[in-house]
Parts: sequence; structure tokens; C-alpha cells
Amino acid sequence: MKEGYELIYKRPKALVDVRMHYCPGCFHSTIHKLLMEVVEELDIQDKTIGVCPVGCSVFAYDYLDIDMQEAAHGRAAAVATGIKRMLPDRIVFSYQGDGDLAAIGLAETIHACNRGENFTFIFINNGIYGMTGGQMAPTTLEGQETTTSPYGRAPDKDGMPLKMAEIVSQFEMVAYVERVSCDTPANTRKAKRAIRKAFEFQMKGLGTTFIEVASNCPSGWKCTPEESLNWLKEHMFPYYPLGVLKEPSKKKKGNAARRTKTE
Amino acid sequence: MGEIRFMKGNEALAEAAIRAGLQGYFGYPITPQSEVIEYLAREEPKHNYVLIQAESELAAVNMLYGSAGAGGRVMTTTSSPGFTLMQEGISYIACTELPCVLVNVVRGGPGLGTIQPSQGDYFQAVKGGGHGDYNTPVLGPNSVQEMIDHVYLAFELADKYLTPVVILSDGAIGQMMEKVTLPEPIPYKPNKPWATTGKTADRERNILTSLFIQSEAMEKRNLRLQEKYRKIKENEVRYEEYQIEDAEIIVTAYGLCSRISKKAVELGREAGIKMGLFRPISLWPFPSKQIEEIASGDQVKFFISIEMNAGQMVEDVRLAVCGKKPVHFYGRQGGIVPTPQEVFNSIKEHLK
Repeated sequence: MKEGYELIYKRPKALVDVRMHYCPGCFHSTIHKLLMEVVEELDIQDKTIGVCPVGCSVFAYDYLDIDMQEAAHGRAAAVATGIKRMLPDRIVFSYQGDGDLAAIGLAETIHACNRGENFTFIFINNGIYGMTGGQMAPTTLEGQETTTSPYGRAPDKDGMPLKMAEIVSQFEMVAYVERVSCDTPANTRKAKRAIRKAFEFQMKGLGTTFIEVASNCPSGWKCTPEESLNWLKEHMFPYYPLGVLKEPSKKKKGNAARRTKTE
Repeated sequence: MGEIRFMKGNEALAEAAIRAGLQGYFGYPITPQSEVIEYLAREEPKHNYVLIQAESELAAVNMLYGSAGAGGRVMTTTSSPGFTLMQEGISYIACTELPCVLVNVVRGGPGLGTIQPSQGDYFQAVKGGGHGDYNTPVLGPNSVQEMIDHVYLAFELADKYLTPVVILSDGAIGQMMEKVTLPEPIPYKPNKPWATTGKTADRERNILTSLFIQSEAMEKRNLRLQEKYRKIKENEVRYEEYQIEDAEIIVTAYGLCSRISKKAVELGREAGIKMGLFRPISLWPFPSKQIEEIASGDQVKFFISIEMNAGQMVEDVRLAVCGKKPVHFYGRQGGIVPTPQEVFNSIKEHLK
């Protein structure tokens, strides 16, 4: 540190210092950083276990300096369930995209939420299949053009985009649901706060915590990073509004005790 | 001396798993093996294992993946259609090299099939079953006692070789009751430094994955798996012989069929026909070398494989016999269990 300078911002130590494979402007790298900042602030690097999905973030374990498991496509919620039930005092999260969580893995997602599995979903919703080259996702917006909906998503053929945060907030055993984004510094801070809250609720054993990130995909959306931010505001936010959808009730005692039989 | 009880196959298996130090069970009800999860659910308050009735076999096998990766001694049980759903997970578990036990109490297929006993899943179990080059050790119990013994053995093999291990039972052995001796519970102290239990300051992070995007790395993992399978083939072949020494006719059969065939061999001996039974216990690795040696015997006239399917293990017998002697087959399908007399008659056909 040079004399006269004050360190106000640095890479969290749990974020591996390597070049990421993500496209320019993609939120994945930002969300990875937020996650590891929270891990560092809560001092839980030695207790946190993550589950990678199949999707663009399939290599998240290359960047996050914590123990991780790679799940089959869509099965992250079942894998996270297995980990958390074995090790109830650890902090477990699944990191999943929209194809993974809301299409092929919808059953695993819904049932993990309904059981109130005490881990955190980090759900990256960019309305498109990024890794496989821009196909339609279960969250692709009405009329949105993708490689498999070249004339726009047609509800009479493809159904309507799934509002996952709204859906899972209906479940009794789900403790906390918030939809966030990273399009502005203010929203990025809110996103970090939401992740931190989710982890804290998990540590109290309050049940399932679910953070949906209304995210972008400049490559899949065929636009510049800057244009993608505008598209987010104009099209994604009206259909996927940001904010808290569910918070733990004050009366809720939590189910940590039920899950810690092995100790 | 262990505790003697009169038990149903599925319940004996469940009790054995508890005594072997079970830490996690994930399953979905399906006939004819639902007694396993029911038994474990009843016993749960007395023990320290986690039990989840999953939303599907697909979820169950992935819970198995997660919990095995977290260092648990874990098991799932299912029957044929459920075993098909689990193939995805077994492929991932085999490649990621996680120890766990899967039990298939086989029923008749294909499709929804029947709930009656069958051996129609032999191929699926011993040839890998899912995508990619892999095998899993497969044990074929033929009694309620072996449902117990094989659980202990399966957990041991899983930990020793870091692999999923399959117990290939069937609806009859799962449902029937026999006198058994329950072994003493074993204290299970896992030593799994590779498990994802949280990255402590004294080690690098543990990553459990079956993804190796670079071809060279993927081939390296494949070669490592094949080297492991070579060791398993060398060390873990198990079989049983009955009246083989002077036998002119070698009956091969596993699981329930081996008991029926044993009786058929006795009928043959009573009729003055020199018959013997060769019973593979480890279905993978298959006792090929032993069968090859038997086939070299001058007095041996032919082999006949007795199965409750359209002829699956017979292919492995033929590969082992390697043209030295004729290999015949007799089987029943659709959940029908052949009688000893029927098996004996089918063998006599080849003596004409």
C-alpha cells in the first residue's frame, strides 16, 4: 500500500485470482464476487459448500475458493439437499441458471422448496440458454427471439415465462425470497445484501432461501453489454419485478433442530 | 454370534444397512421393495441416519450423489423402472468416484412390466447402464441372509474402491422370509479427505465433478477408472460351486435361479446324470476365468444358463467359455419363476 492511500476495495480472498471465461458484461462474474464477499464477511469459507449447475456457470468451482460439487443438469437442488442433510451445520448453496432450475430441474427445485430444505438457491435468470448458444428458456419473455423461437416466444405454443420467485414464495417452508439485479451499483449492493440475508437465515435454520437474479446475456441477446442493461430495464424488470417476495415470519422458530440429528 | 431372526428380504437388507452404519437413505416407493424405506422410516427415531422420501428416483440418486460427496455412508433402493431413472446419477457417481450403495429389487419388464420377480435388469446392471465407459461392482444375493451380508460387503467395496456398488436382487428374495443371523453393528468412522465438508485453512478446496472439458483430462479420468476396474476384476471375483468336480453338465445361474438350479442339479444326480452348478456371486466382475477353466475340463459336455429373462448372463458365460463347449439357455420371463423340475426337463432336452 502506497503511503497516503487507503484500501477501500479489493478482491475477496475466497475469489480465485484467475481470468473468468464469462462473456464481457455478463453478471455471473459480479455475482460470484458478491457471493465470496459475503462468505468473507460472515467468515464462513471453511463451512460453505456450493453446488454448480450445468450452464454457463458450470465452471464456477474454478473461481470460488470453497468446496464444491458439480451436479448433473437440473439436479443441483437434490445434490444440495444431500449435502445439507449430511452436514446440517454447513452453509450450502446451489447456483443455477434458468434452464437448469426452471426447466429440466423444476421438480427438484419445487420439492426442495416444499420440504423447506435449509439451503440457499442462487438463481440466475437471464431468459435464455447461454452456454448452448441462445435457445429459448422457460423464462424467455413473450415475443422474445431466440435460436429456437426465431419468430418470438409464442405463448399458445411455448407457454408463458415462469416466474420462479413468485412460484416458490407460495411454499410454507420457504423462508425468504428476493429478486435482485446487478444493472446498477445500487442494485448490486442490494443483491449482495440479499445474499447475505439468505445465508444468515440459513444459519438460523429458517428454511429455504431463494435469491433470483434478473440477469443479462449480451452474447445470447445479441447486443452490447450496455444495450443489455437497457433491455433488462425495458423488458425483464416489468415482467420480473425486483424486490422482496417473502421474508421469514417473526414467529417462525426454524427447523434447524429437526435437521441436526447426526450431532 | 449374531442375533437370529425370521425376516423378510427387504427388511433384513434395511436392518443390515443400519447395522453397517447407514448415515443417509434416499428413496422413492416402488413395489416390490417399498418395505426398505418403510422399515427405515419406522426405525429412524432410534438411529442417527437421515431419511428422505424423494420426489422421484432421479432426485433420490442425486441426493445420494450429494450426500456421498459430503462424506456420508449412504444408500438407495429401488426396483427396475426406478433403476432406469437412476442411471443418469450412477454414471455421474461412477465418474466422480463417490462411494455409495444402490439396491435393485428387480421386477419384470420392459416398461411398467409386472411386480413379479425377474432378472431382466442383468445387462443394465453389469454393463454400466448409463452413458459412458464405466462399470460398477454388482452383487447377486440368493437368500435373505445374503441380502444382509451383501450390504456389508457393498459398503466395504464402495469405500475401498470409491465406486457405486449395486446389489442386484429380485422381487422374490426381497419379499420372502427366512431365518437370518444379523451381524454385530460396526462402528463407522469415515476417513474421506476428498469429501466436500468445507475448505479448512490446511488444505486446498475439494471439487467433486465428472466434467473434464479437455479431451486429454477426460481420457486421463477414463484411464484411471479402467485401472480401478482392472484391480476390482483381479481382487473381487466371487462365486460358488456345487458338485462341479465330476460334472458333465454345468448349470450356471445367479440369484434366485441359482437356488432353483441347485435343486435341479440334485434331481439330475438322483437320476444318475452328472450335473453341477456354477453360481456367480459377483456379477461384475464376472467369474470368467473360473468358467473358462471349467470349460477346459474333458468331461464337460455343455453349459446351460438358467435365468428369469430372455438370456442375458448367458452372453457372459459364452464369452468365458469361448467356444470350448456348447452353451445353452433356458429362461422364463414376465415375472414367472421356473420350477426345479422344469429346469431339469430343459436340461434333459439337450441330452437327447
